[in-house]
Amino acid sequence: MAAQIFSAIFVIIVGVGGCVAYFWGANKLVDLIFPSRGVAGAAAIDNLRRQGLVRPWLFVGPAMIILTIYLIYPVVETLRLSFLDRGGINFVGFANYEWAFGDREFRNSILNNIVWLAVVPAACTFLGLIIAVLTDKIWWGTIAKSLIFLPLAISFVGASVIWKFIYEYRGEGQTQIGLLNAIIQHFGGQPQVWISLPFWNNFFLMVILIWIQTGFAMVILSSALRGIPEETLEAAVIDGANPFQIFWKIMVPQIWGTIAVVWTTITILVLKVFDIVLTMTNGQWNSQVLANLMFDWMFRGGGDFGRGATIAIIIMIAVIPIMVWNIRQANKETGGH
Amino acid sequence: MAVATGNSFASRFGVHIAVFIFVAIWTIPTLGILASSLRDKDQIIASGWWNSFSSSTQTEAGRLPAASTQVEKDGKFVLQGNIFGDGAHRNISAFGVKSAAPTQYPAGTSADLGDGVTLQLNADGSFVMASPKAFEGDRGQRVYYASSAPPKFTTDNYKTVLFSEGIGRSFMNSLTVTIPATVIPILIAAFAAYALAWMRFPGRALLIAVIIGLLVVPLQMSLIPLLKLYNGVGAFFGMPSKTYLGIWLAHTGFGLPFAIYLLRSYIAGLPREIMESARIDGASDFEIFVKIVLPLSFPVLASFAIFQFLWVWNDLLVAMVFLGTEADQIVLTAKLNALLGSRGGDWEILTTSAFVTIIVPLIVFFSLQRYFVRGLLAGSVKGG
Repeated sequence: MAAQIFSAIFVIIVGVGGCVAYFWGANKLVDLIFPSRGVAGAAAIDNLRRQGLVRPWLFVGPAMIILTIYLIYPVVETLRLSFLDRGGINFVGFANYEWAFGDREFRNSILNNIVWLAVVPAACTFLGLIIAVLTDKIWWGTIAKSLIFLPLAISFVGASVIWKFIYEYRGEGQTQIGLLNAIIQHFGGQPQVWISLPFWNNFFLMVILIWIQTGFAMVILSSALRGIPEETLEAAVIDGANPFQIFWKIMVPQIWGTIAVVWTTITILVLKVFDIVLTMTNGQWNSQVLANLMFDWMFRGGGDFGRGATIAIIIMIAVIPIMVWNIRQANKETGGH
Repeated sequence: MAVATGNSFASRFGVHIAVFIFVAIWTIPTLGILASSLRDKDQIIASGWWNSFSSSTQTEAGRLPAASTQVEKDGKFVLQGNIFGDGAHRNISAFGVKSAAPTQYPAGTSADLGDGVTLQLNADGSFVMASPKAFEGDRGQRVYYASSAPPKFTTDNYKTVLFSEGIGRSFMNSLTVTIPATVIPILIAAFAAYALAWMRFPGRALLIAVIIGLLVVPLQMSLIPLLKLYNGVGAFFGMPSKTYLGIWLAHTGFGLPFAIYLLRSYIAGLPREIMESARIDGASDFEIFVKIVLPLSFPVLASFAIFQFLWVWNDLLVAMVFLGTEADQIVLTAKLNALLGSRGGDWEILTTSAFVTIIVPLIVFFSLQRYFVRGLLAGSVKGG
């Protein structure tokens, strides 16, 4: 273990030192090759221009290399692998895609993913908005927001344990140590094994993600609400609008852009959700989702890279519209800069 | 937002109640595992954690000693002793001898078991069983009793998980993964962000678009090719393919788009005059970056560091693909997931391990919330 700590510290020093040495050294090298000081006027200007051509690439170079290896190449390679067999050797055409759409588990995952996509972003955004509006009106709102925000720092695995404990089931008549069943039993209901209830178990898993992500929606929307000009609200009050009208007709339309950002961000997160399903059910009782299925096929029976890659591509296809929208938004905002 | 919408006492009261309910729902689950992690492990299964502070009652079964220990007293055969033996003494409220009626007799009363046989079980566990005839057989009488124990809090669970369940070691592994994976991307991203914000070169707009596109690429797209690549590189150099170096680089790669995006939007917003006056004074881009941009960017660098720290610490997927599952490599999240499988119903282990797992993010989060929120607001395009 000592060796491990030592190597971690060593890596930090080498990593940071290496970066510093690269950027500093490369910069010096450019100055040496194209000197701009101590040479005649025209040559100096020429060299300055050449420096200007080279230097940006020295700055973005390391980042580009890493991005290429870790993200750009894999995207292309995954696409290629999705047309190959399990070992990634023989071309099989669309066989993996045909398999996917005929596979019961895959279709179940798609269905579940659609339900997740319909429920989680909407629930998070709606709850986040309500809480943002309510907490703005009370003196202890900041504390309340902090506490609701807190689950965002908790890992999906940690959150799964927390909620598994809430859903814990003991036979009827026994002392329930899971909060949910204890409440149900207290009011005379039947305790249930929540995470294996057909169809509804999906919702009990979704609750975990909603619990985590509502704080995110709340913080972003709360700051957007602060940006609403006071006059518009005052005018509405003077005109005699009631709180609901003010909320739906004055506040919400003014923060549509932010709502869209929150919604799409959580949508992407939902598509990638993996940890919660793995730790709660591992896809049993028809609760499978694409991300977990993909992970499963990566290692199932020694790993089927073709099928795994195919499922990854399906997730990617779902993300592409949001990606395009993001790039367009960013282009609009940054303009020429 | 100072506009009061509905000023009546009732509606203000309603807002307080509503927010209180939301806060309760959002905090109680975490409170549950914190409370349970500090409880005695027998009490965790005997009563819900919300009863932590009241005595827990449970019904148990025991067996009286065999006939060989009987003594003859006043013409009767008597068995005497304590049902708890030398173990923890609990408070018995009722007892019985049939499993169908385990709490038939209140503690301290004498129960008539027929044939003149009597049994008295006291609250402290001491018992007297008497019979006019000698007891026979080498199996003693079965006794059921309901007992309660005073609330008991302990740090034993923490000792157990940290030192015998391997959570302590995993904690170190998580730190080993997280700290380099947080530090390394910062400088690489900062240089790229500066170039993309303030230097003019062909292809810049395209690069920015690519980075914004990469922000949302699901990690799943990278896993298989990188796994193959790592296996290939490992085989080529005759090294294991699952190494800390591998996961540091992977987290660096996965964190870079967000880092560059976040840093670029902040650095682009720095005042143009500062850059230009420095340039007029003859400073090169390198000097401007090191002497002006880096110091001014401290808040956003802190934001990114917190994000990356939380993201790497909480990650399960990357760790499961690029690190092994042996004690020397398994990180906290993966260990917790493994415990869920192997120690399924042992809530004292699970709740305690979960709390150890989440305590570091919670501390980071509470102490640096300001930077965290700032980063969140600036970078909310990213999908986590």
